[in-house]
Parts: sequence; structure tokens; C-alpha cells
Amino acid sequence: MGQRLLMKGNEAIAEAAIRAGCFHYFGYPITPQTEIAHYMAKKLPKVGGVFLQAESEIAAVNMVYGAGSTGIRVMTSSSSPGISLKQEGLSYMAGSQVPAVVVNIVRAGPGLGGIQPAQCDYFQACKGGGHGDYRQIVLAPSSVQELYELTVEAFNLADRYRIVVMILGDGILGQMMEVVEFRDKEEIADIEKPWAVTGHGGKRKQNVITSIHLDPAVLEKMNQNLQDKYRLITENECRYELYNSEDAEVFIVAYGTVARIAKSIIEMAKNEGLKVGLIRPITLWPFPQEAFDKVKDRAKAFLTVEMSSGQMIEDVRLAVNGTGPVYFHGRMGGMVPNKFDILAQIKEIYSRHINS
Amino acid sequence: MAIIFQKPKALKDTSMHYCPGCTHGIAHRLVAEAMDELNIEGDTIGIASVGCSYNSYDYFGCDMIQCPHGRAPAVATGVKRSNPDKIVFTYQGDGDLAAIGTAEIIHAAARGENITVIFINNTIYGMTSGQMAPTTLLNQFSTTTPYGRQADLHGFPIKVCEMLATLEGAAYIERVSLHDVKHIRKAKEAVKKAFKVQQQKKGFSLVELLSTCPTNWGLNPVEALNRIRDEMIPNYPLGVFRGESLEV
Repeated sequence: MGQRLLMKGNEAIAEAAIRAGCFHYFGYPITPQTEIAHYMAKKLPKVGGVFLQAESEIAAVNMVYGAGSTGIRVMTSSSSPGISLKQEGLSYMAGSQVPAVVVNIVRAGPGLGGIQPAQCDYFQACKGGGHGDYRQIVLAPSSVQELYELTVEAFNLADRYRIVVMILGDGILGQMMEVVEFRDKEEIADIEKPWAVTGHGGKRKQNVITSIHLDPAVLEKMNQNLQDKYRLITENECRYELYNSEDAEVFIVAYGTVARIAKSIIEMAKNEGLKVGLIRPITLWPFPQEAFDKVKDRAKAFLTVEMSSGQMIEDVRLAVNGTGPVYFHGRMGGMVPNKFDILAQIKEIYSRHINS
Repeated sequence: MAIIFQKPKALKDTSMHYCPGCTHGIAHRLVAEAMDELNIEGDTIGIASVGCSYNSYDYFGCDMIQCPHGRAPAVATGVKRSNPDKIVFTYQGDGDLAAIGTAEIIHAAARGENITVIFINNTIYGMTSGQMAPTTLLNQFSTTTPYGRQADLHGFPIKVCEMLATLEGAAYIERVSLHDVKHIRKAKEAVKKAFKVQQQKKGFSLVELLSTCPTNWGLNPVEALNRIRDEMIPNYPLGVFRGESLEV
């Protein structure tokens, strides 16, 4: 058994990154994720790494672009308004295929919004927050343990596919403390990076990291290559959890913090004789279609619960593809969905589609 | 027969796309000669910016990164902090460095990032066809100051060397000109010194090269060179603004 530590979610992310071989962090302060920077500022100099507080989120993400271009593991983190500023760099990294891990501990918006938890950045994270036809892998942990495990995984995925991987958390996950059990040693994917700009040393041809191709035929080909890569990721890397799904008739679809609330509702529903299951996407992009295919024969209805006005629900509808009704329950502005409200909605759905 | 003059090794064989009379070709050559003479091309990572020199990686033979508008000093910081023994330079124009990239250049200098910045000041946006730059002189015509730059409407030109020289993190700051052979030779020494400052880990170095843009100035190549001498140098005085006594 590995080391067990009581940690804040944000600290677990930082510790996981270091254990995954990320010794370079560039960031800018913003609540509710700044503990990641605090942890990195303390730890990285002791392991020969670099913590640098940039002059802005824009500068931070471009430092990540530069460092990632040299083939090292590198990370930045922020929260919603800061992630908006980082979109320029994310688009460039997508275009020039520079791997990096970006953490978004989401707070409520729009604008400066508030500092309470939200899931209102799903569209930005999953549908391409910056300009151009691109994707990034989006991982949605729902516990501090999973923040650790998925952060390690994020670095392996980033290197394997030369892609940006975003950890999409929320203010609750970042701030809460739970016990984390660390592995003694991380499995770090050993991936060669012949594309990295490290100085050719007179031994190989020049390497260039670029996203500009003024010849449209060349740029279209580059886009096609990106899309091929995205298809490969969709085939290989979908992750999800099915909970209490064996005989469930109504499925809650939820990720992150909200998925934890859903699990407690499922227990309450059991006591009332309602068969409720959970589909918890762990990769938000690629969206786990397979989870929906597995339950479509028995699912009578779906209820998507989000801390937003309804963003993931668009992907849920596409995944369900008309095989059943899809309902929505959401709270905004930093308010967290209430389990009694959700249970009441499940009862309504039951009476409409199952007990009618 | 002995070869007495040739293309620097650090420049590739590609034909350049720059306009006739543009001094980018000279500036590229000076950087490449410095790389050759210091024997650093294989250890160098160049950062291309946004502007006419966006594809300078087609001309320089070293490893390079093309980066977003104005962000070259941040990208260079990321490269250098993770590869402190490599040589890292940015090549930026005045719109890139002194408008959209103002924060990045100031903070890279303030941190004393051990990088070299080659700053091309031609008082105009070249690639997007002649708009006002932060360095556009008062009364200068551009496509966005069609009646001339007026202080009350458009503010004053930014003097980058003078501004950065106030920062303790800056080790070496010099402004040179490319308008004639004598000045080009001086510019060559400045560029080489800037790379040596970095090699010796002395901190941030920047060389501003007063340059032409005949196409967008509406001048022929000779008139454009004369404009540097007659109009630019009186407003952008040449000299070392920081690190004069720095021995390299």
C-alpha cells in the first residue's frame, strides 16, 4: 500500500503532477485554484524544477507552450476567467501539437462571476474554447483520489497524443480535503519526442513548432491529420463509470462533484423502490457514447444534472439519440444542486414514464 | 581561389520573401553571423513572432518555434527555464513587441530572463499593410493615421530601449541602425554582444535595429535608408542604454 495523505484537492493535483515527472509550472493567481501554485512554489525548487509566477494568464500559457515545445512535462492551472485568457495559447498548442496539462478549477460566471463552484465551462472546455477546429482531452475527476490519478494519467495522454489535456474540476473539488492513497511509483509513459525543439546539435534536421500554414491545401491536410488523431482518441480513450446500472430504469447523467450527489440520491431512491442508475462521464471529451449504448435497452429516461444552465446535456441528447427522453436539472451562479429537489424530479419522471 | 565572403552557415538556402529594400535580410544575416562566429546554431532555439518575419524559421537553420502575437518573450521564457544551457532568442517587430506584447517584454526584462531579443523597429506594421505602430513617429502617415500621427489623437511613440533600461533585470540594451555599412558593422557587434551576454548567463539582452519598410513607407529603397538617418535616428537616438561597461 502506498503513502496515505489527507490533502486538499488542489494540493493533490500539484503532488500528482510532480510524481508524474512535471517539474515546470507556470501560472497566475486566481481563486479557487491558487493552492496549486502555492504547492508548486514550495516543492518544485526542492526537486530541481521551476515554478514561475507569470505576469498574466496569457504569458503563463505561452511559457507552457515554449517549455512543452522542448518536450518536457509542463503544467499550468487557473480558474474560469483565467482559462478564458489562456485560450489563445491552447489553440496554438492544438495547432502545433504541443502536449501540456491545463487545470481548470471552475468557478461561476459569466464575467468575473463568483468564486463558488460551477460547471459552466463545459462548452469552453469540450467544444473548443479558442479559435479553430480543434479538441483537447477533458478529464472530469469527482474525488481528491481521482484528481491525483487523473492528473498522472493526463500527462501520459498528453505525451501519447501530443495534445493538451484539461483537468476540469470545480471549486468544491479543489478546496475539499480527502485522504489520497499514492502509489509508490507512477507509471510514466516512455514516449520519444523526436519533434521537440532542443537545438539540433548538428546531428539532425531543424525542428520547427508552428501552427501557421498559408497554403490552404497544406492547412487542410494538417487539419485532416488532427481530425484523424481525434478519431483515434475517441476510439481508445473514452472513460466513464456506470453505477447501480444493472436494473436501473432512470439514469442520472452527471460528472465531477455532482456525480457524488447523484450517488447519494440513488441510495435514497432505492429506499423508495425507485431503480435509479448513474452514468458518470470521466472523459468529457471524448464523450463516452459507449456508456449510453450499454444501457439504452433498459433506460426509460435520463436526467442530466449539472451546475450550469445545461451544457453537457447537448452531448447527452446526441448520445441518447432519441432512444429515450432526456430531462435536465441545473443550478447556476455557484449554487449546488439539492438532492431532495433532484429526487422529487426523479419521482415525477417515474410517474410520467414508468408508473403511468 | 579563396572564398572571402559567403552566406552564413546558420542561414538556409531558401530565397527570402521580404520586399526589395527591406532590412530584414540584413538583420537575419547579422543574427546568423553571430550564431556562426559563436558556434551556437546547434544549441540555439529561435522564437519567431507575428509579422513579416513570422516564418523566419524558413531562413534560420536552428530549431525554432512560431508563437502568438507579442508572446515571444513568454515562449522564450518557457524554453529557457526548462533548457537553461541552450541559447534562446526572439525576433520581434515593433507592433509585436511594443503594442500587443508590451507586458511580456517588460516582465521578461524585469525578471532578467537570460534570453536575447532582436527588436526590429521600422515604425510601422508591415505584414498587415502599413498601420500605425507604437513606434510610428509624430506626423508619420500610415493606413490608420491617414492624416499623420497626432499626439492628441494617437499619443506618442514608445521608446523601447529607454523604457526597458529603467529595469534592473535588463543586462544589456542597445539601439543600432541598419541604414549604412558603418552602422551595420556596429549593429553586428551589438547582436554578437547580446548573444555573448546570454552565453555568459549575464541576463536579459535586447538589440533594437532601426529598420526600413519601403513598401509601406511609400519610398524607394535608397529613400527608405535615408529616412532612418534623417527622421528616425533624431527620434530614436543610437547607443547603449544599459550594460555599457559589461565585459563579454
